[in-house]
Amino acid sequence: MNFFISLGLFLQVAVQMGTHILLGILGGILFEKAGNTNLGTEGMMLLGASIGYYAGIKTGNPVAAVLCAGFAGSLGALIYAFITVSLRGNQVVTGLVLTIFGTGVAGFLGKVLTAQPLPTSVTDVFTHRAIPLLSKIPVIGPMLFDQSPYIYMSVVIAVLLFLYYKYTRWGMNVRSVGENPAAADASGINVSLYKYVHICAGGFLCGLGGAYLSLVFVPRWQENMTAGAGWISIALVIFCTWNPIKAIFAAWAFGALKGLAFKCQNMVIAGHAIAISTQLLDMIPYVATVIVLVIMSLKMKRENQSPASLGNAYFREER
Amino acid sequence: MIRAVTRKALPAKFEILVRIIAVVAAIAASMIIMLCMKFNPFVVYANILKGSLGSGYRFCQTVNKAIPLTVLSLGTGIAFKMKFWNIGGEGQFFMGAFGAALAAFAFPSLPAPLLLTLMALVAFIFGGLWALIPAGLKTKWGTSETLVTLMLNYIAQKWVGYLQYGPWRDPQGNGFPQVAKFAANAILPKVFGIHVGWIITLVLAAIVFFLIKKTKFGYEIQVIGESTETARYAGINVSRVMILAVFLSGGLCALAGMMNASAIENTISEKMSGGIGFTAVITTWLAQLDPLVMVIVSFLFSMLIQGGSFLQSSMQIPASMSSILQGIIIFFVLGSEFFVKYKLFFAKRAKKNVIDTNTAEVAK
Repeated sequence: MNFFISLGLFLQVAVQMGTHILLGILGGILFEKAGNTNLGTEGMMLLGASIGYYAGIKTGNPVAAVLCAGFAGSLGALIYAFITVSLRGNQVVTGLVLTIFGTGVAGFLGKVLTAQPLPTSVTDVFTHRAIPLLSKIPVIGPMLFDQSPYIYMSVVIAVLLFLYYKYTRWGMNVRSVGENPAAADASGINVSLYKYVHICAGGFLCGLGGAYLSLVFVPRWQENMTAGAGWISIALVIFCTWNPIKAIFAAWAFGALKGLAFKCQNMVIAGHAIAISTQLLDMIPYVATVIVLVIMSLKMKRENQSPASLGNAYFREER
Repeated sequence: MIRAVTRKALPAKFEILVRIIAVVAAIAASMIIMLCMKFNPFVVYANILKGSLGSGYRFCQTVNKAIPLTVLSLGTGIAFKMKFWNIGGEGQFFMGAFGAALAAFAFPSLPAPLLLTLMALVAFIFGGLWALIPAGLKTKWGTSETLVTLMLNYIAQKWVGYLQYGPWRDPQGNGFPQVAKFAANAILPKVFGIHVGWIITLVLAAIVFFLIKKTKFGYEIQVIGESTETARYAGINVSRVMILAVFLSGGLCALAGMMNASAIENTISEKMSGGIGFTAVITTWLAQLDPLVMVIVSFLFSMLIQGGSFLQSSMQIPASMSSILQGIIIFFVLGSEFFVKYKLFFAKRAKKNVIDTNTAEVAK
């Protein structure tokens, strides 16, 4: 019985440690389904984290903080979209620069944010809420039904995104933009508009992912608090084969991995305290990502391929 | 409506002009942003210049930053020439520093020239092998090298951190987690007040230039970059050339790590790179993969970084300002590329102009 309780608690923490990654992956899916490789996830997350936190301090209003975080991410994505879609710039370099830019803005703002705690009017809203009855289910109860509203929101977004791509006309149109923009253009789809909207929406989600860290998970300001989560999310977009539902499990699995690493720091086996170096344990998510990438490239099936026109700028006159 | 048409070719003069306009526009835009933040933009830029070139000491600091940045750009550039997106300069830099330290600690009593050569050699091999991981995965199974190199950056950094906090921690470090300093014979000598790395860097730039532009190997790299299909058709052993070139690329990045460990830090630490490997990706691209231009671009960027850290002490502006400035400048340069590649028309005139250019073509 005791084991089940601690397993339940562990899974609860795993979900909490994976939520910013989930939002990052969902953002990545939005970019890549529209045919754009965006390496700026880390930067947009940091933009969201810092500006969301700043708004939280200034307004004391949780909704304003979350919206500001999202729009900060969107603004970063808008710069990216203008350069890669309208001006057809190099997507890899633009994404990297966006990351440097976002890190710079977060570092700049961070000097103001470090000393200031979030007002309780913000943190109270995001504390975990148990759903009566359901949260009492052993093992998976606390994981699924005793969490912050922010986490419920992230799952809802993932499901909505899945339905969007599968059943709506816009969702199907944007898929065709990512696969074959020339054909989409010929059938009357406004390729640039679709790209702009979806890239900005993706930026919004990345911003939310960053704000999850600064507003909910930590919730304090730490320099460089994303610590590479943006890069991991970009890699996991491939792992979940551009499917928002699989993204939930991919992100949570990585959260569990991080939780496991955290647990290993002070393990007691047969009465002996075993200390494994924090730095070595910190490597685990990155090593796991490389392994995941290799496995994915080994078993690439046709239906699991990336959008065919990923990474290419579309220019009508160069068909 | 505005329409864009592909340009045939552009005189080099015009291309340079477009880039200069982009940088000027970027500086203007950043000045507006500074004004919004209530700083006097002219004072900020004057301070950046003062902080990077204002005195002999500051100039040396700027060069110290330009050395690893240039060498990392050279390394990254070789891989980029093949369209192998090696974003792993940062990790190769750390592995190079690790290799150099390993040699320095293993043979502390070797005479300096011998030890330094050994350190460089070990660093080069370590960095090269580290870069071969993504190269092998890519040629064998087609795994995305961008993401693998990125992940390896973090792994390499954590590895150095592990050594710093764990087995290599200096017991005489007064409780600080740090690795012991190198002996004097493991430290690069100074020439004109700056460590000899600046000469090595210039020589390396010349060698890479020669390698890319004048040798068969360089030509093969370029062909692979254009199209692997063409390369295969021409009888180039694509995976062999790719593996060798990526090894060189990683090795060069590692040399930057070795020089920094030896001359600047006199030891290794997990904070020693400061994200310079990522900056190198940008400088590489800005230099259009030209090894000689990289030297200039890297120096300009080092001015920005060094000047940025001076802003902190002189104006209490966080050093992150230089990252923001870097971002803005490159956004503009990235955007300006469009005006090099395409010609803009207003739709009304578009038709006539297209005909004009067509008839001009025919007339030629």
